[in-house]
Amino acid sequence: MNIHEFQAKALFSQYGIVHPRGGMAGSPEEAKGIADRLEAKVFVVKAQIHAGGRGKAGGVKLTKEKSEVAALAKGLLGKVLVTHQTGPQGREVRKVLIEEGVDIDREFYVSLVSDRSSGSTALVASAEGGVEIEEVAARSPEKLVTLLIDPVFGYQPFQGRKVGFRMGLGKDVVSQFSAMVSKLYRLFVEKGASVVEINPLVQTKSGGLVALDAKVTFDDNALFKNEDIRQLRDLDEEEPLEIRASQFGLNYVKLDGKIGCMVNGAGLAMATMDVIKLAGSEPANFLDVGGGASKETVKQAFQILLSDRNVRGVFVNIFGGIVRCERIAGGIIDAAREIQVNVPLVVRLEGTNSKEAKEMLDRSGLRLIVADTLWEGAQKIVAEVGP
Amino acid sequence: MSILVNERTKVVVQGITGKEGSFHASACRQYGTSVVAGVTPGKGGSDFEGIPVFDTVEEAVAKTEADAAMIFVPPPFAADAIMEAADADLRLIVAITEGIPVLDMMRVKRFLSGKAVRLIGPNCPGIITPGECKIGIMPGFIHRKGSVGVLSRSGTLTYEAVWQITQRGLGESTCVGIGGDPVNGTSFVDLLELFERDAETEAVVLIGEIGGDAEEQAADYIKRNFTKPVVAFIAGATAPPGRRMGHAGAIISGGKGTAADKFAAFEAAGVTIVKNPAALGETVEALLKGRGR
Repeated sequence: MNIHEFQAKALFSQYGIVHPRGGMAGSPEEAKGIADRLEAKVFVVKAQIHAGGRGKAGGVKLTKEKSEVAALAKGLLGKVLVTHQTGPQGREVRKVLIEEGVDIDREFYVSLVSDRSSGSTALVASAEGGVEIEEVAARSPEKLVTLLIDPVFGYQPFQGRKVGFRMGLGKDVVSQFSAMVSKLYRLFVEKGASVVEINPLVQTKSGGLVALDAKVTFDDNALFKNEDIRQLRDLDEEEPLEIRASQFGLNYVKLDGKIGCMVNGAGLAMATMDVIKLAGSEPANFLDVGGGASKETVKQAFQILLSDRNVRGVFVNIFGGIVRCERIAGGIIDAAREIQVNVPLVVRLEGTNSKEAKEMLDRSGLRLIVADTLWEGAQKIVAEVGP
Repeated sequence: MSILVNERTKVVVQGITGKEGSFHASACRQYGTSVVAGVTPGKGGSDFEGIPVFDTVEEAVAKTEADAAMIFVPPPFAADAIMEAADADLRLIVAITEGIPVLDMMRVKRFLSGKAVRLIGPNCPGIITPGECKIGIMPGFIHRKGSVGVLSRSGTLTYEAVWQITQRGLGESTCVGIGGDPVNGTSFVDLLELFERDAETEAVVLIGEIGGDAEEQAADYIKRNFTKPVVAFIAGATAPPGRRMGHAGAIISGGKGTAADKFAAFEAAGVTIVKNPAALGETVEALLKGRGR
């Protein structure tokens, strides 16, 4: 789960991690109110969306005039920002963060991230901050310092010193840095994060370390541990169809193609998308209906698929294992009747009693096309819908 | 021969009185697996369809000589259940549970390190040696005894591959689903080492997916140490970056973990790659025929 920068900074406050003073505004009036309370030489207005690259896309504005803050907020609110992470459709800005400007001396990068191959949390830092860390990794990997934190012993101060001195921080700053990483790690573990990133982390002219930006992503599987974190979910940042799907326990990701797919199992769902592409078209979505594929699930899945206006045909690919195929066929027939699927529908059922299931589908009187194999199914739906 | 499980394996089911646990304990037993015990704290002394239920894994092992565990315990308690199984000196732990927090799994991995125990999963379909032992949720009937080792990060996609292999009149030595989570117990490399030593396994089908670098590591291992033919498919060539595709571990992040990179790594390692998953069965058949079978 992703959260906004202003929410991440509120968490930072809980853990004593220093960041610029400020507050979130949903309207120009609120923005003015926050600016009025801030004593600052420079004001920063930052668009709050769940995507990086806001600066380059014009989502961060600076002014020395307190009176201009409201107008800058007005300009950003309601604007659709297109960054390299939003895709071409962009994201609408609904909230802005108003902050004091900071006297920047140096910019660094620091993050904690789940490292899958080692099974530990990795501390990644660089003396080069403020730029995309992927760029640094590609251009000058020697500037990245990485070390692993033991999941049992946790973060040790020497690790912060080791990284800090390698980054070329002065000795006063190193101890500040080490203390800050310790707080970051506590946040990471206690709140069940998968990424905590500060880019840039700045050293001010007076020598203090300040988190100019804040990005925190949580492990969805750990959300049950922290009600306060669950509350931070912002449904405005999610695709409405995906929210609806999640309410029915369906795993749905909207894509841009024309062929809707309904599959049981994540791996098979991905493979089905791939096969549609190989057959000459593009998938409209990823959809895993889970192992059961009951009538109710299938019905909800059809409704979600068909709410996507790009969908011109649907490919149902179910490998019935424990659940017998006739039951799944019955569910598909009932669901398709109830909601009147009016685009071409290709169904491929494999597994226990698949022959009987195919006969049921044939006899149903529905205009659906039965396929025997994955490849045949993909070819048939592409033939119906076109590339 | 086979890897990890055979007709002598004795299984204890943790979470046997839950909905999933009871259903699959029955299904495994029907398949022929020797399910000797169940564990549900507080329900010790009862039985499930004649299988004795114990309060602790330790007690179950002492009374039944179980050597493998199958875990259906819900996510908040699953990490603890895995550690309990390891503490009871089981040789093999198969964790089916989906949704265990990553940080919990990291601690589990540390707990297991140095112990003579192998963890399969979590968030996996399990392991099966056809005709001998099934520890997991896969449909038994799609399998057939044979010489193809199957290893995969997926569930139903593995069934798809296995079914293709079986329908061509071939069969499988052992099939293992390592699970779709970012941090898991057993890697592709661990299993390849076992398949390399298994005389019965003549070829391997490896099914990977986007995210992480388990496939790249497997490719590197194959290039250096693996002598049997390998057929590989990677799911998710059409998946957009930054979006999680169902499995917690199936995500392209920071431009890493793409299907294209993984296919390329396998190709460079001399693995026969298959871009169309519908062709897995025929490809492995052709490979085996080429080896004079």
